Amino acid sequence: MKTIILRTASNYLLPILLLFSIFILLRGHYLPGGGFVGGLIASIAFVLHAFANGLKDTKKLLKFHPGYLMPAGLALSFLSGLLPVVGFDEPFMTGLWLHHPLPVIGSIGTALFFDIGVYLVVQGVTLTIIFTISESA
Amino acid sequence: MLTAILTGFSFSVLLIFLGRFVKGKFSLLPSLLPLGLFIYFAQFIGEISQGKTIVRNYEWIPSFGVNLSFTLDGLSLLFSLMITGIGFLVFAYTSAYLKTHKFLDRFYGYLSAFMAAMLGLVLSDNVISLFVFWELTSISSFFLIGFNNTNEASRKSALTALGITGIGGLLLLAGAIVLGSISGTYSIAEMMQDPSVITGSEYYILAVALIFGAAFTKSAQFPFHFWLPGAMKAPTPVSTYLHSATMVKAGIYLLLRLTPVLGGEAFWNTSLIIVGGITMLYSAVHTIFRTDLKGILAYSTISALGILVFLIGLGTEASLLAAAVFILVHALYKATLFLITGAIDLGTKTRDVTQLRGLRRVMLPVAIAGVLAALSNAGIPSSIGFIGKDLIYEGTLHFENSVVLLTALALITNVFISYAGYVAGIKPFFGKLPEEFKETKYPDFFIWFPPVLLASLGILFGLFPGLIEGALIKPIVSSLNLPTEEIHLKFWHGFTPILALSALTIGSGVAMYFLLKPSKKLENFINSLEVISPKNILEQFNNVFERFSSLWTNTFQNGYLRNYVSTIIVFLVALVSWVLLQNTTYKIDYASFSKLTIYEGIVVGIMFFAIIFTVFTKSRLAAVAAMGVMGYSICLLFVFYSAPDLAMTQFAIDTLTVILFVLVLYRLPKYLSLSDYKNRIRDGILSIAFGGLISILALEVLAQPVNEEISEFYAKNSYIEAHGKNVVNVILVDFRGADTMVEISVLAIAAIGVFGLLKLRLKSTERGQR
Repeated sequence: MKTIILRTASNYLLPILLLFSIFILLRGHYLPGGGFVGGLIASIAFVLHAFANGLKDTKKLLKFHPGYLMPAGLALSFLSGLLPVVGFDEPFMTGLWLHHPLPVIGSIGTALFFDIGVYLVVQGVTLTIIFTISESA
Repeated sequence: MLTAILTGFSFSVLLIFLGRFVKGKFSLLPSLLPLGLFIYFAQFIGEISQGKTIVRNYEWIPSFGVNLSFTLDGLSLLFSLMITGIGFLVFAYTSAYLKTHKFLDRFYGYLSAFMAAMLGLVLSDNVISLFVFWELTSISSFFLIGFNNTNEASRKSALTALGITGIGGLLLLAGAIVLGSISGTYSIAEMMQDPSVITGSEYYILAVALIFGAAFTKSAQFPFHFWLPGAMKAPTPVSTYLHSATMVKAGIYLLLRLTPVLGGEAFWNTSLIIVGGITMLYSAVHTIFRTDLKGILAYSTISALGILVFLIGLGTEASLLAAAVFILVHALYKATLFLITGAIDLGTKTRDVTQLRGLRRVMLPVAIAGVLAALSNAGIPSSIGFIGKDLIYEGTLHFENSVVLLTALALITNVFISYAGYVAGIKPFFGKLPEEFKETKYPDFFIWFPPVLLASLGILFGLFPGLIEGALIKPIVSSLNLPTEEIHLKFWHGFTPILALSALTIGSGVAMYFLLKPSKKLENFINSLEVISPKNILEQFNNVFERFSSLWTNTFQNGYLRNYVSTIIVFLVALVSWVLLQNTTYKIDYASFSKLTIYEGIVVGIMFFAIIFTVFTKSRLAAVAAMGVMGYSICLLFVFYSAPDLAMTQFAIDTLTVILFVLVLYRLPKYLSLSDYKNRIRDGILSIAFGGLISILALEVLAQPVNEEISEFYAKNSYIEAHGKNVVNVILVDFRGADTMVEISVLAIAAIGVFGLLKLRLKSTERGQR
């Protein structure tokens, strides 16, 4: 499916969709959204790019195998749960929050990092499965 | 103390990265770890011998009463010192024994993990954490026993050991839970304060039976003993470590530790005496049928474990003291004998005792260690074995009933054990050196020094029992809640019946040694009886089980995706509809339905057409696209009914599903043959039944009164406690974050599975070589 229109469009769509996915990820705390949907949208962005430009180009763009996102995300989620245990002597996965919310991002807490971990894992899983299947089909 | 345990595990993890440094020049470096731990534990000797108990408490899961509480008393001190002390010698020995092995780093990794698990086991006061460490020893010993993983027999015996000790571990968990629910605590120290709660309970027998199951499997009691001789496939340092001081003694430790809690009842005592008695006699007799040095040692180890169980079963002060001393005695001489076996194996490349002769000319220090260990093993005066043997006879002689039977049992076993010791420790070194062993290389310092050291300790403690009496033995007895004033370990008791028994043991052992030569003929004879051994019976059972599993698997896992799906659906429909028919009264509240709006009607219409199209189209891609239409329509319904989170996610998922389907189906050929009408009708009925069932379920759920409490809780607390206004997301990342954690792990595993299935399969060229 290498049409020039889609290819050109996908080059602009990729960053926009990624930005949108991060927006969805961050707004999840107050409004519909969250890490899971955000991760799916980000993966759709990459899949779209792969459809338009071929898998090789997308992989080149990514620089590393999307599978690495899974351990990174799992580690981030796990560590955000572990932080209260190690740092504050609270049970595993207690939510900790900064007192003052940051501009744009909103309030910062362990739950946010947990959600970012989910975002990364979902992205890693989806892309790994789709890339693997499309390579060997 | 937690740090002491954790260093072993962290060292093991560290070796993954620093492994190459311990190969070659620095192979001795890892031995510093057990040495350091030994010194750490040795500094407590003073405090413990004054009757103190050192307790360290770390909260783990306080809400369940499961804590990492570590107790260092006499019993755990002796075990810690044996684990780290013999561990140090085994580490050092390994550095020479496996010097050129390419996986030496792995070996040290497994060994230190095992050591740490073992330390955790003997230090745990909480039965649940004891169980965790118990399982860790099973798992790490699996890797140690199967270390020569290119050898099928070695893999098989590692699996057997893991299977047997693993089952025991589960029994221990069950036993721990029973104990915990009877007494209301998981702490052994607290249970000890009022044992009558447990011994008087109606579940006492159950608890004891479960604990027995754990201890007997781990400590290789009849009929679970057969994993131990199998485990001799491991490299000799492993056998030394596992079978002299650590792994197999864990069961003994458990029994001793729980004696003050569970002991003193007839069921406890008789079972232990019977099982221990059978084990010690059965395997002691077995030793004369073996020609492999390690085989002989394996059976004499089982026999020694039987003696220990037997002594714990007698349960008197004298017999428990004997058990405490014999643990140390056995560890010292058995470790020595295993180590010299390794030295012989390394030098001559054989362990066949019928061929080994005259080796003292080529490895004198090893021969000295062997003789000293054999003396201690036989209980010759001046060795610690003599004191141990004396105490055993004292235990049996002072029992209330069947004195003659018990003493005779102990006597026969001791005779056979001392015979085994002579064969393993003396026979290889005397006589004429055969031509083929003349060129045997003189062993390394770290090969001959550890056995010599251990064997000399056996003699030193024998000559000066005061060295260990106050420091080690008395604290053990007091940690069993028994008085210690009467205890005097003595080298010489004067002329007593016990001395006569000792003399009889030694004499008969020596006579047997000269009369009976290990031979292949005897070994073949016993192998012909293998058919009725517990091992064989278990293997037969395994075979039946395996056949059944493969039949089961081939029926249900037949490789056709459509069959999987229909099996699952048929099962689900049958199960749920049965329940629904049994005890549900149908009430559908039509009044609660909202009116159908036009846009809802349109969406439902689209869905209807999409379904018809999916079912009747002849193109795969068109079917997939129609399924996508279905999915999007459902998303719209979610939007109508104000579930934006669900709609967004469903929307993204549907998009990706269609993409996945297209990717998979795109390259497939056109439908070759459509399934015939019979199949289609069957599938149609199945899907209608399934869909109908789900609809009924959904309607019934709506008709049930809703429990508002949970949703109210979340709505109320999500902003106050979790600082979020989107309740769905707050539940996902905060209130039920642990669930999400597990879910993303499952996702990752699925992705790895797909990757592995598609990417890591063998190429056609590689497949030919297998």
